[in-house]
Amino acid sequence: MIFLKFLLYVWMVLVLLGAFFYAPLAKGLGEYTRVMYFHVPMAWITTLTFLIGAIYSILYLRKKDIRYDYYSETANQLGLLFALLATITGSIWAKMSWGAFWNWDPRETSIFILLLIYAAYFALRSAIEQQDRKAALSAVYDILAFVTVPFFIFIVPRIYSSLHPDPLINTQGKVTMNGKMQLVFFNSLLAFTMVYFWMLKNKLEVIKLKMKLKQLES
Amino acid sequence: MKLIADHISKFFGEKRVLKNITFELNSGQCLAVVGPNGSGKTTLLRILSALIPPSSGKVQYFDGQILLSKENIFTHTGFLGPYLELYDDLTAEENLNFFSRMRGLKDDRSTWWNLMDRVGLGGREEDAVKTYSSGMKQRLKYVFALMHQPEILFVDEPRSNLDMQGIQIVYELLREQKSRGMLLIATNEEQDLAFADFRVAVHD
Amino acid sequence: MIKAYYIFRKDLLQEFKTRFAMNAILLFAVVTLSAVSFAIGTFTARQEVLSALLWIILFFSSMSGLSHIFVKEEEAKTADTLKLVASASAIFLGKFLFNIVLLFLLEIIVVPLFIALMNFNVQNYLLLFFTLFIGSFGLAGGGTMVAAIISKSGAKGALFTVLSFPILLPVLVSGISATKIASQEQGWMTAYSELQTLFAFSVVIITASILLFDFVWNE
Repeated sequence: MIFLKFLLYVWMVLVLLGAFFYAPLAKGLGEYTRVMYFHVPMAWITTLTFLIGAIYSILYLRKKDIRYDYYSETANQLGLLFALLATITGSIWAKMSWGAFWNWDPRETSIFILLLIYAAYFALRSAIEQQDRKAALSAVYDILAFVTVPFFIFIVPRIYSSLHPDPLINTQGKVTMNGKMQLVFFNSLLAFTMVYFWMLKNKLEVIKLKMKLKQLES
Repeated sequence: MKLIADHISKFFGEKRVLKNITFELNSGQCLAVVGPNGSGKTTLLRILSALIPPSSGKVQYFDGQILLSKENIFTHTGFLGPYLELYDDLTAEENLNFFSRMRGLKDDRSTWWNLMDRVGLGGREEDAVKTYSSGMKQRLKYVFALMHQPEILFVDEPRSNLDMQGIQIVYELLREQKSRGMLLIATNEEQDLAFADFRVAVHD
Repeated sequence: MIKAYYIFRKDLLQEFKTRFAMNAILLFAVVTLSAVSFAIGTFTARQEVLSALLWIILFFSSMSGLSHIFVKEEEAKTADTLKLVASASAIFLGKFLFNIVLLFLLEIIVVPLFIALMNFNVQNYLLLFFTLFIGSFGLAGGGTMVAAIISKSGAKGALFTVLSFPILLPVLVSGISATKIASQEQGWMTAYSELQTLFAFSVVIITASILLFDFVWNE
């Protein structure tokens, strides 16, 4: 495990160096485009972790094991963190290329709604005292919110036109990056995903230990 | 009818309220749940009546050899307790008509008319429940719990809010219930315990 | 499903006796409508702004009353009594039916008032009617479900709007967009995708709610 952690460390350092020094700039665009190597992984991890959170919520409702509630809470906490990071990195891009940190672009609107949903999720959690009730109600809300998310992805861009560059792969299905950029980009995507899973694993480990401790106490 | 409780435990979060409760009850028998306040008497009754699920263990109802499904249990049971209120804004008649429709009974007064007289509420059908005193509400709850002649009756605190006369009426109803089917009560009153064939004690 | 209807009738009867939800919703709507009218009454606002205002008034008015249907059962301790005599799906459908009738009533009163007071020009009345009709199903579906959730939680007041808003945003966004189209042109084709979204959303949210309601109600 120590070895893997060390490997991840080296990998991340290489990704950072690659993003700032190795990858060439896209044609006609400034240095600020390098934020892409951080912004896209953040956005991707946000989606991934909210999906994992929703799956744990479903598992909780099926198994009624309180452990899954903690897992889902953890995944959504990380989701909120990465959504915030994606928003910040996105805002930097927006400021540099469109002139303002925030201008209600469809993508910005979508992530704002996402932040709202999960802020509401945590508000609901903090309002309920009884543990299993908290678990069941927040799981239901999580799933309910998650099924409405696709509507944002489809309707918001349809109704308001977007300035956002095509996500990762554009409509023709071609990646508009050259080889070096791609190398850094996909390495960054993978490395950040690994960092995320490492964070998740650690947090879940802590939950397991806490539960074991409580069992020993009682 | 037969009721089997098999190793019932209940947790609220990580706090254990009930631990491994097991018993078997047949028609014509009465079970009393005893224990100090806050010990989980009400929780046990709610689990046995399928209002809430146990954390582990099983509650099963048998009609002869046939296991009743969860949806069908409520047509065989009646329940009254301090946390089961009737609709305050409606009259007794509107309440009882609503419940008899919901239970798939005949949509008229025949199901509950006699019971209203027996508990001493005859003539008050058209008054809103909120104008009733707490003792009258308790009597009305007996009408609600018994109107479909359930085989199994759950009563949480049979005497609450009742005067001497009310207690006499209720005891008579409970005796009838016991001869017709099953009776489960949660109580600490010595007099109520006279009904009980078995006792289950819950404690912290 | 006749039981859902009985529950609906029981709630209607209770509502006639107390008029709690009806008063809350209608008064809220009238107050906001007059506030908006006072603020921009002297000149006519643009159609886009007016369509958004109409939906905002409808949304926040409904937020003031839709939760009552479940909260009152919890507060009066009648929730368990109801559980003894009805299945979860019958209860959800009955409550949903009540809320949708409440919403229709709200719209029948507020929309004509809004059109008159705010000088809102509508080119295609049928489209507006249709948008409001489908939109109500989405609002009532999501609203009823969130009402069930908050009735079981400790905080009953403020949380309802906070929880409903993000979930019901698709209704709001496409409702506003379709209303705007109804105020600007005769045709139907431009509003096609909005109506489609509204319809799909209502189907999805109501289905999800029926599937999930059991977990909330039996908690």
